[in-house]
Amino acid sequence: METQTFFYDNKIVKYFINATLLWAIVGLVAGLFVALQMSFPALNFGLDFTSFGRTRPVHTNAIIFAFVGNGIFTAVYYSLQRLCKARMYSDLLSKLHFWGWQLIIVLAAVTLLAGYTTGKEYAELEWPIDILIALIWVIFGWNMIATILKRRVQHIYVSIWFYLATFITVAVLHIVNSLELPVSFMKSYPVFAGVQDALVQWWYGHNAVAFFLTTPYLGLMYYFLPKAANRPVYSYRLSIVHFWALIFIYIWSGPHHLLYTALPGWAQSLGVVFSVMLIAPSWGGMANGLLTLRGAWDSVRKDPVLKFMVVAVTAYGMSTFEGPMLSLKNVNAFTHYSDWNIAHVHIGGLGWNGFLTFGMLYWLIPKLYNIKLYSVKMANVHFWLGTLGILFYAVPLYASAVLQTLMLNEFTADGFLKYPVFFETFSNLSPMYHARIIGGILYFVGAVLMVYNLIKTAKIGSFVAEEKTSAASLQSTHEHVVKEDWHRVLERKPVRMALLALVLILIGSVFEIIPTSLIKSNIPTISSVKPYSPLELHGRDIYIKNGCSNCHSQMVRPLRAETERYGEYSKAGEFVYDHPFLWGSRRTGPDLARGGVVGSSSYKASVWHFEHMKNPQKMNPASIMPPYPWLLEKDIDLEGTAAIITGMRKLGVPYPENYEATANNDLKIQAQAIVDELKKSNITIDGNKEIIALIAYMHKLGADITTK
Amino acid sequence: MKLIKHYFESIDGIEIYPIISMFVFISIFTFALYWVFKSSKKHMDEMSRMPLDNDEL
Repeated sequence: METQTFFYDNKIVKYFINATLLWAIVGLVAGLFVALQMSFPALNFGLDFTSFGRTRPVHTNAIIFAFVGNGIFTAVYYSLQRLCKARMYSDLLSKLHFWGWQLIIVLAAVTLLAGYTTGKEYAELEWPIDILIALIWVIFGWNMIATILKRRVQHIYVSIWFYLATFITVAVLHIVNSLELPVSFMKSYPVFAGVQDALVQWWYGHNAVAFFLTTPYLGLMYYFLPKAANRPVYSYRLSIVHFWALIFIYIWSGPHHLLYTALPGWAQSLGVVFSVMLIAPSWGGMANGLLTLRGAWDSVRKDPVLKFMVVAVTAYGMSTFEGPMLSLKNVNAFTHYSDWNIAHVHIGGLGWNGFLTFGMLYWLIPKLYNIKLYSVKMANVHFWLGTLGILFYAVPLYASAVLQTLMLNEFTADGFLKYPVFFETFSNLSPMYHARIIGGILYFVGAVLMVYNLIKTAKIGSFVAEEKTSAASLQSTHEHVVKEDWHRVLERKPVRMALLALVLILIGSVFEIIPTSLIKSNIPTISSVKPYSPLELHGRDIYIKNGCSNCHSQMVRPLRAETERYGEYSKAGEFVYDHPFLWGSRRTGPDLARGGVVGSSSYKASVWHFEHMKNPQKMNPASIMPPYPWLLEKDIDLEGTAAIITGMRKLGVPYPENYEATANNDLKIQAQAIVDELKKSNITIDGNKEIIALIAYMHKLGADITTK
Repeated sequence: MKLIKHYFESIDGIEIYPIISMFVFISIFTFALYWVFKSSKKHMDEMSRMPLDNDEL
């Protein structure tokens, strides 16, 4: 048997570790900042690029794609080389991947703060960056698959299956959800509209959770947990069932984000059924992780690495139980749009992703630097700060969700809403928001301790950039294979395995997306619903640019408390011209779907909007909305009107031929009417200011169908 | 959307696709289960030891 000597590339692992640590701190600081903004609106500073609507996506993107993303790559680049007994296929591709990904992160932070956004959650980045993401992702996949192909072992360990499924599915999700028509540099509209856009977005959104925050981390768990515990995984059989079941079922469950919305009922039910089914594989994975430690619980007491991993896997179990429960329609009616979801995702983010990453780093850095951890005591302190941080973060938000929803749903004996003004619920929430900040600070201080501890460890150790190792070549081990069953053969064929995984995830996607795009009865058209006027389109873009949908939904659900508060429930046919849909996922402020229905409680006069945007607290003293004074100063981009109209027509919005040439005339007439109205209240303003377009858009919302 | 709808509509008998996909889903999953339970304990043990094989550093 021929034995070959070669070197593992540890340098690229080190790069990704450094990036993980850096972005962990940045993402957590951003998180603390947005939490502080919720408690102290003055921290929005009255500036566009520091307002909550823009800083919140920076926090979510920094945590998901920067911190967790680099965590994934750290795990892949370390474990893949060892599991394949091969160096990464190409050092150049590794470097391109690393620097490309960091470039994307920096571009994301800058463009999001500058207001370039598609308005779709966790897919906010505009089209040039989308293309860059696709390129860098292909480089990652190419490097990974080529490494698997040149491996020196026959079989492919289950972690690598998870990595492969991650690569394939994220590619599909990213491409489909980014199908957009550029109308200018850094501005595009999705090809889907309304209900279809919502379905595609949440098919993407939920699977971003599944295939970016879950599957790669399960791969990580199946490698690093056995490593840290120095014992094989409890049941390899279970890991295989876990893998196939998870990738099958996850892809179907996106519609649970859209329960009681205008999405067709059958699609909602499909999402519920598959979400409930998800408990089985998820808990199988959790049990497999925890049972790996059977008989080794004494070391969990001593070893901070295992402590972090145990809490991480437990948090995984908690959030994967909570997720299916939240998908039940009766529970969802209560929790959706509330702080419950914020708490839920933080159990996953801080507990599962955060703690698993920390556990991996505490194990990996001493290995790479050939030294013991600088301070085990400090790591233990970090563990307790982090654990308490998670609890202090999540528990107040659960309480706030229950409290607010109960208040919003409370009726008097005479059948009227007890708290008709949305902000009446807020006075009770602020203590919870303050407590949440304490949780965030605890978690953050723990993370800072870790960075210090790991830097110290690196300083006293000596880094092995090129790790020498040896293994028998694959040809020489091949000869012993006589007869195998299909799965064993499949295990040795990464490309076929990846293709099979691709087919499987496409199945659920096709099932959900094709029918809503085809069958007319799914989206009944409403003849009175008309396309947006040019001024309203600009207003819509301004709404997107300032991230309004981070706090305001545009979806009245057919529930008594909602129709009483906001008006007629939303219909699928009302959104056929909405590129993108703006239903939102969290109501920090009230719903705006009926903002244009004169006489409804959502309707506000132009002068109210004007004063409110300038100083929200003047109109609602309890409001935590930031001020938007720049809307009174910035001009509408009139030169862009033609491109917007042309783009919308290409997407199927029925504007007359050549309308783009005269659209600005209509825009000016509509703007002048608002200017004249404001003048009656002694407000003088030019018709070309952004606030005018936004008022026009507000007054269009939900006004096309007759409601009370 | 118009574009995508056009392509979908031009495929004959597209309604059957979701049913086929459901069938593929169930059959592959059943195969996976069958394989997992019939595979040898020795192979499973070997596979599960893979992360521990590397005694690096």
